[in-house]
Amino acid sequence: MAADQLAPERDTRAVEAGLDALDGGGELLPPRPGPWQVFVRSVLPPVVFMAALVGVWQLAYVAELKPSYALPGPADVWQTFWGTVQDGRAVEAVWVSVSRGGIGFAMSLVIGTLLGLAMWGSRWLRAAVGPIVSGLQSLPSVAWVPAAIIWFQLTDAAIYTVVLLGAVPSIANGLLTGFKQVPPLFDRVGRVLGLSTLGRVRYVLLPAALPGYVGGLRQGWAFAWRSLMAAELITYSPSLGLGLGQLLSIGRDLSSMSLVITSIALILLVGVAIELLLFAPLERRVLRTRGLTTDR
Amino acid sequence: MTQVREQAPTRNTVAPPPAPAAVRVDGVTQVFERGRPPVLEGVDLTVAAGEFVCLLGASGCGKSTLLNLVAGLATPTAGRVEVSAERPALMFQEPALLPWLTARGNVELALKARGVARGARRTEAERLLELVNLGSHGAKRVHELSGGMRQRVALARALAQDSSVLLMDEPFAALDAITRDVLHEELTRVWTEQQLSVVFVTHNVREAVRLGQRVVLMSSRPGRIVREWQVDIPHPRAIESPAVGALASEITAELHREISRHGR
Repeated sequence: MAADQLAPERDTRAVEAGLDALDGGGELLPPRPGPWQVFVRSVLPPVVFMAALVGVWQLAYVAELKPSYALPGPADVWQTFWGTVQDGRAVEAVWVSVSRGGIGFAMSLVIGTLLGLAMWGSRWLRAAVGPIVSGLQSLPSVAWVPAAIIWFQLTDAAIYTVVLLGAVPSIANGLLTGFKQVPPLFDRVGRVLGLSTLGRVRYVLLPAALPGYVGGLRQGWAFAWRSLMAAELITYSPSLGLGLGQLLSIGRDLSSMSLVITSIALILLVGVAIELLLFAPLERRVLRTRGLTTDR
Repeated sequence: MTQVREQAPTRNTVAPPPAPAAVRVDGVTQVFERGRPPVLEGVDLTVAAGEFVCLLGASGCGKSTLLNLVAGLATPTAGRVEVSAERPALMFQEPALLPWLTARGNVELALKARGVARGARRTEAERLLELVNLGSHGAKRVHELSGGMRQRVALARALAQDSSVLLMDEPFAALDAITRDVLHEELTRVWTEQQLSVVFVTHNVREAVRLGQRVVLMSSRPGRIVREWQVDIPHPRAIESPAVGALASEITAELHREISRHGR
C-alpha cells in the first residue's frame, strides 16, 4: 500500500487552539456584578421590606389594634433595644449565647464527624445506628430539655446536652450523605493512579464528600442555635449567666413585650450574621470550586 | 481452540516485530455470575512493546472488562494477564477529572501518587499540559474546560503516570467529530514521541483503523477474539481517506456478520 495520498497536511495545533478558544469557556458565567448592582439586587429589597414592615407595625400601633402593653410601638421597642445595648445586657447576652453555641457546635463537629466516619466505615454500625440518627434529626431537640434537667440539673451541661443532641445527627448524616454522593469512578481513578488506601481517602474521598459535609455543618449549626435558645429559655437560673434565651425569659417574667421583641431581634440577628458571614460563603466557595453553582 | 485467529491476507505484508510483549493475555476467561455465560472466554492477546492495538466489538463483547483486567482493577476467573509496566495508565470514556482541582492539580496528583518530589511536580505537570497543547490552561478548573480539553487533561494525567503501557476505554466516544479528529492526531503524536504501547477500546471502526497498527475484532457473549487485521496505512492518516475507508468497510462487514449471529 502506497502512502496515503489524501492525508492532508493539517495544522492540528491551530485547529485545536481554535476549538479551545471557541469552546474553552466550558460554561458561560455572567459577569461579576458591580457594587451598585449588588446593592440594588441584594441589599435594597430586604431593607425596603423591613421598612414597610415597621410602617405597618406603626400603623397597627397607632390604630391600637392591641393594648400597648401587648403591642408596643416601634419607638418603644427601639428605646428598650437601645437601653439593653447601653447597659451592656445585649452584648453580654449575645456573648454568652454565641460562645455557648460555638463551644456546643465545636463539640458537635468533633462527635458528629467521628460518628459519620464510623458509620461510613462500618456497614453494621450504619445499619444499626442509621435509622436512629435520622430519627433524631427530625426530633425537635427541645424535647430533650426535661431529661437534660433531670440528669444535670440547671447547669451548662444540661444546655450542651440539648445542643449536642440537636446538632450531632445533622453533621453525621451530612458527612455520610457526602460520602454516598462520591462517584465510584473517582475511587477507580485513585486506584489507577496508584494511590494508597489512605491517599485515596485523603486526596479523593474527603474532598469529594466536602459539599455534603458542608451542607451538614450548616444545618448542624442551625439546629445547634435553635436547641440552645430552647434550652436557655427553659433552664433559667442566675447561676447560668445571661444568655439571649434567658433575656427572653426575663422579658416574659416582666411582661415586657418590648424586651421580648428585643430578644427575638437579637437572636435573629446573630443567626443571620453567622449564616451570612460563615456558612453561606463557605458553602458557595466549595460549590463554586467544583462548578456546582453559577452563583457568584 | 475456540477462537479463530487469522489476519487478512491482503494486509499481512509486514510481520509483527519481534519486540518483547508489553501486554500478554493468556487464555483469559471471566465469569461474573455463576450459571451465566462468561463475559470473556479463552481470550489470548499479545501487544508488543510500542504497538498500538485497537480492540473492536459491539456492546457486550467484554472489551472494557478485558481492559480492566489488564489495568489490574479486576482478576480473571481463569487464565493469566501479564503487563510489562508496573502500573498501566488508564483513560476512561469520561475524563474523570477531580473537580476541586485545577487542570494542573489533576496532573500533579498523578505525579504525587508516583512519588515525584513536591518541587518537581509543578514543572513536570506544566510540561505534560504543554504536550497536549494546554500549556496556558493549567490554572483552570475542570468545569471551565470544554469536553475535548478535559479529555486532553485526562491524557496528560495518564502520561504523568509515566507508564509504558497506556490503556484507553473509548476515550473519545463522547466528543464531537472535529474534536475527535484533533485528538486522534494528538494521540498518534504522543504515542510516537513517548514510544508507548497502547490498547485502545472502541466501537468505532474508522477510529480503530485511523489509530491502530492492529485491529482486533471481538465477538459478543461470550467475548472472544474473532479476527484481527494488520493496518499498514502509513501515518499521517486521515479518518476520511479512502485507504482508511476501504479497510473500515471490510472490518464493518465482518462486524455486521458477527452481530447478526445474535439475532438468529
